[in-house]
Amino acid sequence: MTFSLRFRAAIVSIALFVAFIGIWHIATRGTAAVATMTPEYAKLMGLTATQGKSAMPGPLDVGAKLWEHLKRPFYDNGPNDKGLGIQLGYSIARVGLGYVLAVIVAIPLGFLIGMSPLINKALDPFIQVLKPISPLAWMPLALYTIKDSSISAIFVIFICSVWPMLLNTAFGVAAVRKEWINVARTLEVGTVRRAFTVILPAAAPTILTGMRISIGIAWLVIVAAEMLVGGTGIGYFVWNEWNNLSITNVIIAILLIGIVGMLLDQILARFTRMVTFPE
Amino acid sequence: MSTFDDPFDADRALAQSGCVCGQHRSAAEHEHATLALRCEAVESEQKRYDGVVASAVVRAMFPKDAARRAFLKSVGAATALAAISQFFPLKTATEAFAESDAPEKKDLKVGFIPITCATPIIMAAPLGFYAKYGLNVEVVKTAGWAVIRDKTINKEYDASHMLAPMPIAISLGLGATAIPFAVPAIENINGQGIVLAMKHKDKRDPKDWKGMKFAIPFDYSMHNYLLRYYLAEHGLDPDTDVQLRSVPPPEMVANLRADNIDGFLAPDNICQRAIFDGVGFMHLLSKEIWDGHPCCSFAVSKEFITTSPNSFAALTRAIVDATAYASKAENRKQIAEAIAPANYINAPVTVLEQVLTGTYADGLGGVKTDARRVDFDPFPWQSFAVWMLTQMKRWGQIKGDVDYKAVAEQVYLATDTKKVMAEMGLTPPQTSYKSFSVMGKTFDPATPDDYLASFKIRKAS
Repeated sequence: MTFSLRFRAAIVSIALFVAFIGIWHIATRGTAAVATMTPEYAKLMGLTATQGKSAMPGPLDVGAKLWEHLKRPFYDNGPNDKGLGIQLGYSIARVGLGYVLAVIVAIPLGFLIGMSPLINKALDPFIQVLKPISPLAWMPLALYTIKDSSISAIFVIFICSVWPMLLNTAFGVAAVRKEWINVARTLEVGTVRRAFTVILPAAAPTILTGMRISIGIAWLVIVAAEMLVGGTGIGYFVWNEWNNLSITNVIIAILLIGIVGMLLDQILARFTRMVTFPE
Repeated sequence: MSTFDDPFDADRALAQSGCVCGQHRSAAEHEHATLALRCEAVESEQKRYDGVVASAVVRAMFPKDAARRAFLKSVGAATALAAISQFFPLKTATEAFAESDAPEKKDLKVGFIPITCATPIIMAAPLGFYAKYGLNVEVVKTAGWAVIRDKTINKEYDASHMLAPMPIAISLGLGATAIPFAVPAIENINGQGIVLAMKHKDKRDPKDWKGMKFAIPFDYSMHNYLLRYYLAEHGLDPDTDVQLRSVPPPEMVANLRADNIDGFLAPDNICQRAIFDGVGFMHLLSKEIWDGHPCCSFAVSKEFITTSPNSFAALTRAIVDATAYASKAENRKQIAEAIAPANYINAPVTVLEQVLTGTYADGLGGVKTDARRVDFDPFPWQSFAVWMLTQMKRWGQIKGDVDYKAVAEQVYLATDTKKVMAEMGLTPPQTSYKSFSVMGKTFDPATPDDYLASFKIRKAS
C-alpha cells in the first residue's frame, strides 16, 4: 500500500508541476499592444518595447538559459563574472565556515546552560533579546566594526545560526531523564564522563534538530548578506543579474538556492535519524 | 616642444612647432620620416625617460633655443652630453625619474558601480590602461554607494568610483566618520537624465509635478543636487512638494515599472535601460540643466596617497589616459563593447552604445542625437567642489559655516592632476576655478555665499 501511496503522490506532484509550467507559459506569452515605430527607432529598443514581449520570461527561456549555465558551471571571466558552480561553492563555503563556528560556540555553551540552572537564568534575557534580530540588521554594524566584508558575511551567518542550536542544546540537556542521571551518579560516573556518555547521546536528537533549523537559517541569511556585500556567491549573482534586469537568471538562481537549501536540510535530517533512539 | 623630443639633436627645434627641415608639418612627422629612412625602431620606454630628463636639464641650462643649438653645433652632441653629465648626474636623475614610476603596490583593487559613469575605470582593465602603467588592477563590482564607501574606508579597495560629492561628504564626516579623501580625477561629465514613467508623457512641465515621487541614487550625489535645483527653478520645493527617495539604480527601473515612482534622475545606462524596456521616456538630459557638470569621480583616501605615492601616481595616469581615450567619439563603440559583458557593467550593448555615442531613442518614438550626452574630462575643477558645497548647505546637509575654498582644495587635487596631465603631454587648464552657468544662472566660485543667498527655495536653517 505504501508503494501505491507514493506512486499516487508522485503523479499528483507531476500534475501540479505541469499545470504550473503551463500557466506560467500562457501567462508570459506576451500579447501586449505594440506602438508603431520607425525601424531606426525599433533598432534602439528592447524586445519588450518592440514586440510586446512580456517582461517576465517564460519557462522555455528559463529552461534554455538553465541549460546554458549547466553546460559550463565553472567558467571564470574575471572577478565579477564567474560560473554558477563557483558562485554556489563560495556561498556554501561561507555558510560552512559560519555554521561550524556557531556549532563550536553553541553546543558547549548550550551544555553549560542546560546543566546549570543558575547560568540558564542569568543568560536568558540576553539570548531572548539577541535571538529575534534580523540578520541584515547586523550587517552595517559588522561591516563597520570588522572592516572586512567577507568576514562580516561569515559573522552574520554565525550570529544568526547560533541561537536555535544554543536553545535546543540547552533544552535537550536539561530534559535528559532524571533517572538516567541518577543511575550515573549512583555508579559514581565523573561529570565529564557523564556529559559525554549519558547526556550527549540522550540529548543528541534535540541538538541535531537545532542544528537542522540553524543550517536552514544560515542558508537564508547568506543570500541576503551576499546581495549586500557583493563580490562572490549566489547572492551576488542574483544582485548582478537583477542589475541587468535579467529575470531569467534570477529565477534560475532562486531555483538553485532552493535545491541547495533542500540538500543541506536533507544531510542534517539524515544525521538526526542516525542519532535518534527509541525510548 | 614636446616632452619626448631629443634635446641633444641639433637638428631639432625645442620650442617651435613645425619641423626643422621644413618639409613636414610637425616635428613628430619629420622624426617619423627620418626614422623610416634610417630604418630605426621607435624609441623604447627607457630612452623616452632619458629624453624627458635630459630635455628638462638642457632646457633649464639654455632657456634660449638659439644658444643651445649654437652650443651643440660647435661641440657636438656627444661632447655636450659628456660635459653636462660631468656636473649634472643625468644618469641618476633619469633613474630616479624612471624609478618614480615603479609603484610600491602593483596589485590593486578598484571598486565600481555598474553604470556608464565608471567607463574609464572599467575600460582601463580590458583595454589595458592599468597594465600600461605597470599596475595589475582588479576592478570589483559593488552593490551600492554606501557599500563602496565602507569598503574603500576599510581599505578593501585601494581606490574607487564615487559620486562626485561623496569624497567631500566623507572628508567632512557627513553620513560617515570623517576620513580625508581626495579626487585626482573626475570620471565623466554630463551623462545623467530625468526619466518619467510613460503615463506622464503629457506632463512635461515641472510645475505639474507636485506630489510626484522621484528616485535619486544617493543623498550625496550630483543627481540629488541637480534634480533639486531643477525643481526649485520651476518653483517646486523638493522637500515639501515632491518626494525624493534614495534608490539603488537597478531598482529604479523595476520601481518605475511597478509604478512605485513617477520618475528618476539617474546615471546613465539606467535612463536608457528604462527606455529600452519601454517603461519610461527621456524628459531631459542633465546636460540641459548644466552642460559640463561633473557626475562621478575617481576617489582615493589621503592615506593611500601618502603610503603608496607611486601607485597613486600610476593609477592617476592610467585613469587620465583612459579618460582621454574615452573622450574621443570614434572610440566609443569599441568601449561600449568592451564594458558590456557580465564581468563589467552587464548590460545590453545596444543600451551602452546609445549612451556613449549619443544617438538614442527618447522613448517617445523619436531618435535623438547629442554627441555630448556623456563626455569624459578628468580635470577636477575646484569650482565644482565649491558648487557642491553650496548645494550641500542649501539643502541642509551642512549646517553652519564652511570654508569652501579650503575644502575644495583639500579634496579636489587639481594641482596634482595638472602635473600628471602635463607630464603626459596633455594640456591641462591654467586655473583650478572656472565660472559656469546652471540653467542660465552664472556661478562665480569666488562668491559662493552670495550665490547661496540668491536662492529663494532652500531648506530653512
